[in-house]
Amino acid sequence: MTYASTSASPASGSGARRIPARTLVGIALIGVVLAVLPFFIGQFGQSWVRILNFALLYVMLAVGLNIVVGFAGLLDLGYIAFYAVGAYTWALLASPHFGLHLPFWAILPIAVGVAALFGVLLGAPTPKLRGDYLAIVTLGFGEIIRIFLTNLNAPINITNGPQGINRIDPFKVGEFTFGRTETLMGIRFTGPEKYYYLLLAFVLIILLVCVRLQNSRIGRAWEAIREDEIAAKAMGINTRNTKLLAFALGASFGGVAGAMFAAMQGFVSPESFSLTESISILCMVVLGGMGHIPGVILGAIILAGLPEFLRAVVEPLQHMLFGAVVLDPEGIRMLMFGLAMVLVMLFRPAGLWPSSVRRRELTTQGDKA
Amino acid sequence: MEIFIQQLINGLTLGSVYALVALGYTMVYGIIGLINFAHGDVVMIGAMVVTVVVTSLVGGDPNVSAWMALGAGLLVAIPVCMIVGWTAERVAYRPLRRAPRLAALITAIGVSIILQNLAMMIWGRNYMSFPQIIHSDVYTVMGARVSGLQIAIVVIAGALMAGLTYLVHGTRLGTAMRATAQNREVAGLMGVNINTVISAAFLIGSALAAVAGTMVTTYYGVAQYTMGFMLGLKAFTAAVLGGIGNLGGAMLGGLLLGVIEALGSGYIGDLTGGFLGSHYQDVFAFVVLVAVLIFRPSGLMGERVGDRA
Repeated sequence: MTYASTSASPASGSGARRIPARTLVGIALIGVVLAVLPFFIGQFGQSWVRILNFALLYVMLAVGLNIVVGFAGLLDLGYIAFYAVGAYTWALLASPHFGLHLPFWAILPIAVGVAALFGVLLGAPTPKLRGDYLAIVTLGFGEIIRIFLTNLNAPINITNGPQGINRIDPFKVGEFTFGRTETLMGIRFTGPEKYYYLLLAFVLIILLVCVRLQNSRIGRAWEAIREDEIAAKAMGINTRNTKLLAFALGASFGGVAGAMFAAMQGFVSPESFSLTESISILCMVVLGGMGHIPGVILGAIILAGLPEFLRAVVEPLQHMLFGAVVLDPEGIRMLMFGLAMVLVMLFRPAGLWPSSVRRRELTTQGDKA
Repeated sequence: MEIFIQQLINGLTLGSVYALVALGYTMVYGIIGLINFAHGDVVMIGAMVVTVVVTSLVGGDPNVSAWMALGAGLLVAIPVCMIVGWTAERVAYRPLRRAPRLAALITAIGVSIILQNLAMMIWGRNYMSFPQIIHSDVYTVMGARVSGLQIAIVVIAGALMAGLTYLVHGTRLGTAMRATAQNREVAGLMGVNINTVISAAFLIGSALAAVAGTMVTTYYGVAQYTMGFMLGLKAFTAAVLGGIGNLGGAMLGGLLLGVIEALGSGYIGDLTGGFLGSHYQDVFAFVVLVAVLIFRPSGLMGERVGDRA
């Protein structure tokens, strides 16, 4: 009884924390589920494992964007640019395009660094912008990056233009390549399954960093800036550096996700980094519940899975109802996507799984605009 | 010099279209503080409807006069766009007026996706070409070529903008709109029907969008379901450039953006020694936007506002 109440209160600082048995069992259960998930899903075909991998990539991106939008309250509509930077860094340093084949431990830090640098580049000139104006500048930034990726094939061929870069090296540790099917310890692992565990490891590291950051001095500074920048400044927070840190950290997570995307796909082209992608990542954050990590993860999984689910359902359903494909399945899929966005916002404006603080704010305080 | 004048004229034409679309963004933003992401798609729907109507009229009878066909197209497109804009406001934005800003923004993005995909399901993925019915004369001004269509676009856009300025500054409805933009609650207490005013802003903006859509599709000769997106983005840029919420600013911003884009893409090749070409056209809008927001965040004609949250 006594430690149920102490552990229920938010644990502060680095003091000894008791984790109740129920939480431990819960974590263990989730761990087991995550460990066997690819094999279970793989029963329905390897393409579902790939979808699972993309969901993990989206979780990384959404959690990264959550630092910028959810924690620091800076609306970023060009987040996909950092994903693109990470992907192209990997593509250029590990493909026949320049004839470079660096190992992962060299590329990953470079990708993270370059993405963080771009984050700072975006954040540096915009310290005074807030809200909608910042949104539109970041949107422009994302588009500029995409346009440069599309056009930097002449006169010097850097990005190979709209064709993109292919035959990118897969992720490999020494001789262990993640792209290939292999039998380890008597279990047959396919390429996507191996990537699943790799991505899961990255996601867990990123989540750990985020959770620890949220309850740290920096995390509280972000929240203070989000709620009231002037008051935060008066409290002695260096708002410029704190915001830049948010941009840089968010960007570096995007960079990691991008590098993994390039390694997994073996092919990158500017098409993958359109504004629509930025928007759908933002939607994951907002639909799930801004600033609340479990909510954001939920949002990412739902929005990554929903289109695939609709793809699998829409066509057979039409066959059943009309006997033929009357309406373009892709159109219906996107239509449902749009409808879902509108409906969730109409009925749950704080997101599907908002943090308790946010929920309280929204119920006690009517008009904030 | 000839290139300069030519690009200036092309820029002004394009700029008038941007200005018309930007007015729709700025009116809505001024009154309810929402970036109506779906506005560009309303322009697209206008363009699609006009194209379909004109094509069917011309296809049925080759002797139909071009301006008659265009007029009939507009007569259909304007109400359709008004209905679309009004419905979006009524169904998706009105319930969220008191919700956090981001929720409304996401909803607007959702509406944009819905409109695009509805258009795709109705009219298909392919580009629809606008029938070649407008044979306007080409005049030569200081070595540059100006078509009658370009003149018509600039003149009509100018007239509409003048009309809107009168509406906002000279009528009761306009006074109500300005009052609502300043303070919604107080305007309501003074007897202004807020809902009517907001609906009116959407209706007017959508009607202008229909005209702008007609201009774009006649000028470029094609219409497609994704065309509204980039156009909307640039028009929004124009609105921010001029100072969002400010009608004069939207007009100035639109014209300026059109000219900057045309001149920029005309000269960038020479300026960078051929390193960057005219396919960087779309970059200019954003570079201008970033520059304006850094050096004059309230836009060219906007009032200085405090911290916008």
